[in-house]
Amino acid sequence: MNRKQKKVLIRIVVSILLTVVLVLLPDWQWKWVLYLLPYLVIGYDILLKAAKGVRNRQPFDENFLMAVATVGAMLLGEYLEGVAVMLFYQIGELFQSYAVGKSRRNISELMDIRPDYANIEEQDGQLVQVDPDEVETGTVIVVRPGEKIPIDGVVVEGVSTLNTSALTGESVPRDIQPGDEVISGCINMTALLKIRTSREFGESTVSKILDLVENASSKKSKSENFIAKFARIYTPVVCFSALALAVLPPLVRMLMGLDGAWGDWVYRALTFLVISCPCALVISIPLSFFAGIGGASRAGVLIKGSNYMETLAGVRCVVMDKTGTMTEGIFEVSGVHHNTIDADKLLEYAALAESYSTHPISQSIRRAYGRQPDQTRVCEVQELGGHGITALVDGVKVAVGNDKLMKQLGVDFIDCQAAGTVVHVALDGKYAGHILISDRLKPDAKQAIAQLRRIGVSKTIMLTGDRKIAGEAAAKELGVDQVYSELLPGDKVAKVEQLLKECRKREKLAFVGDGINDAPVLSLADVGIAMGALGSDAAIEAADVVLMDDNPLKIAKAIRIARKCLRIVYENIFFAIGVKLLCLILGAVGLANMWLAIFADVGVMVIAVLNAIRVLSVRKL
Amino acid sequence: MKKTYKIDVDCANCANKMETAANKTAGVKNAVVNFMTLKMVVEFEEGAVPAEVMKQVRLNCKKVEDDCEIFLK
Repeated sequence: MNRKQKKVLIRIVVSILLTVVLVLLPDWQWKWVLYLLPYLVIGYDILLKAAKGVRNRQPFDENFLMAVATVGAMLLGEYLEGVAVMLFYQIGELFQSYAVGKSRRNISELMDIRPDYANIEEQDGQLVQVDPDEVETGTVIVVRPGEKIPIDGVVVEGVSTLNTSALTGESVPRDIQPGDEVISGCINMTALLKIRTSREFGESTVSKILDLVENASSKKSKSENFIAKFARIYTPVVCFSALALAVLPPLVRMLMGLDGAWGDWVYRALTFLVISCPCALVISIPLSFFAGIGGASRAGVLIKGSNYMETLAGVRCVVMDKTGTMTEGIFEVSGVHHNTIDADKLLEYAALAESYSTHPISQSIRRAYGRQPDQTRVCEVQELGGHGITALVDGVKVAVGNDKLMKQLGVDFIDCQAAGTVVHVALDGKYAGHILISDRLKPDAKQAIAQLRRIGVSKTIMLTGDRKIAGEAAAKELGVDQVYSELLPGDKVAKVEQLLKECRKREKLAFVGDGINDAPVLSLADVGIAMGALGSDAAIEAADVVLMDDNPLKIAKAIRIARKCLRIVYENIFFAIGVKLLCLILGAVGLANMWLAIFADVGVMVIAVLNAIRVLSVRKL
Repeated sequence: MKKTYKIDVDCANCANKMETAANKTAGVKNAVVNFMTLKMVVEFEEGAVPAEVMKQVRLNCKKVEDDCEIFLK
């Protein structure tokens, strides 16, 4: 509790004690004067603020309402209720400010991945701690075990494992060695590391993420805007209703020749005023979104604004990219077909011929070969761009490449019916078979699609620039509903535009990509989700939702978190408005007294705040 | 031009009122008050002097919510 809160707490305690003593005292003609004592102790600031509000011509605030309601109650002779209303109002405000302050701190702590310092080694080998902001790009920094990596960079010395859970929510540690890129915010676990920084602190991943999360709740959702508008209308409406309730029925009764019963109706009007404060609503909605964004970021899902949280919860159609999103984006030899010689022998020839190449395809062939190719066996290597490679291996003329190369060399080849990239091999001008290289699906990809379906996503669509045969094979294995293949980047934009038109109004479309070359599509979709975005600025900028690791299961998780958050937001809206309306009706017909009105105001707010904090737990989702 | 200011305010409704007041101030193109992070992001109109405008924003906010504070750096 801060000083302000402590002061209020003391006033509350003093006021309660005074009131209890007064209730126990015997009745006395001037007892009401004594009631002013606890009343002023607890409510003097409210009265002052109300007066200031009137002077500034801003009368309809909760201070004014409370002042009128309690002063009115006192004038009607309901001293105890007057004091109690003020007392409960203050208790409610104190609770609210405490709860909000507490969750503000908790959530900030959750998101606190900001490193405090960077270690730099001096000439004499001493480590000096400096502000990460002051470290220039290219400096070598030292990260001891247990410390956070403060700035993005490349490892120059040390083999260790990194805990990335603060960034990704993923608990499996990542192994690193010299030459690997590391990103700030990870915790170095086992051994000392020396890292050459590749960016300034302000440009580092950790700064970007902090900036993003801190500004996330500034983009307000429709529900927040609705509540702000509602609050603006609600209070004046209730105040004028209260006035009407106080004046009209007694006048009508007098006209009918009955007793006006003024006191009765004024009392009912005053209960109206107590209920009229919109605080429960106004606090719980942004708090829910804030907690939701905080909880999600803990799970490695960065949501850039409350508005995206809302859209994400309404996603019914998920469009995804294939390579890098559903697949590893790493190519692997998946088979050797139509081979005239032993498959291993064929791979060996290919690997040797390609031993000087750095092309991803060559690398995958060498990986499949499994041994270090003995380059002394290779000579006369010729790399034909866009075709392949020819070389002399052990005196045999080896040609490794695509259809075009075979045609150029006049070799008859057999095309492949399976999905993937085909590499033909010819030995001494004779066809020896082909190697099939394909991208591997991510281990969780299939389950990810199944989970999406289970949470009610009605359409899953895959887009790919890959060959039709490859796209369809992957789609079938994953179980997605539709696949569009052989798309150029521009085609993807057109396709998503078309799909957006097909969606019904309340159904939202999400596009999931790796953010590298699909930025236009990411921004076109209702909500763009970039995955595996760790360290990729383009993705963090283009997307609305960023998945920090590249696990496709997180797509469903993000949607579930958003749904939970929105469910709680709606619960709070309906609960708070419902209880208030009910109490207003009961108050109007004279069934609710001021005690119930206090519950409608303070009680509802306490419950709504507690409910909002529930959003924070997203672990089990 | 956009600038972020730290604010202090006790209740969420008051934060909404501050936002309305700030938006009505001359020279402010758009203002967003974030109650949870206690920040006000103000986008100024072209040619407006932030320091001058913010003085007025602060006064206007004080008018609608006596208890608030905007920390002008």
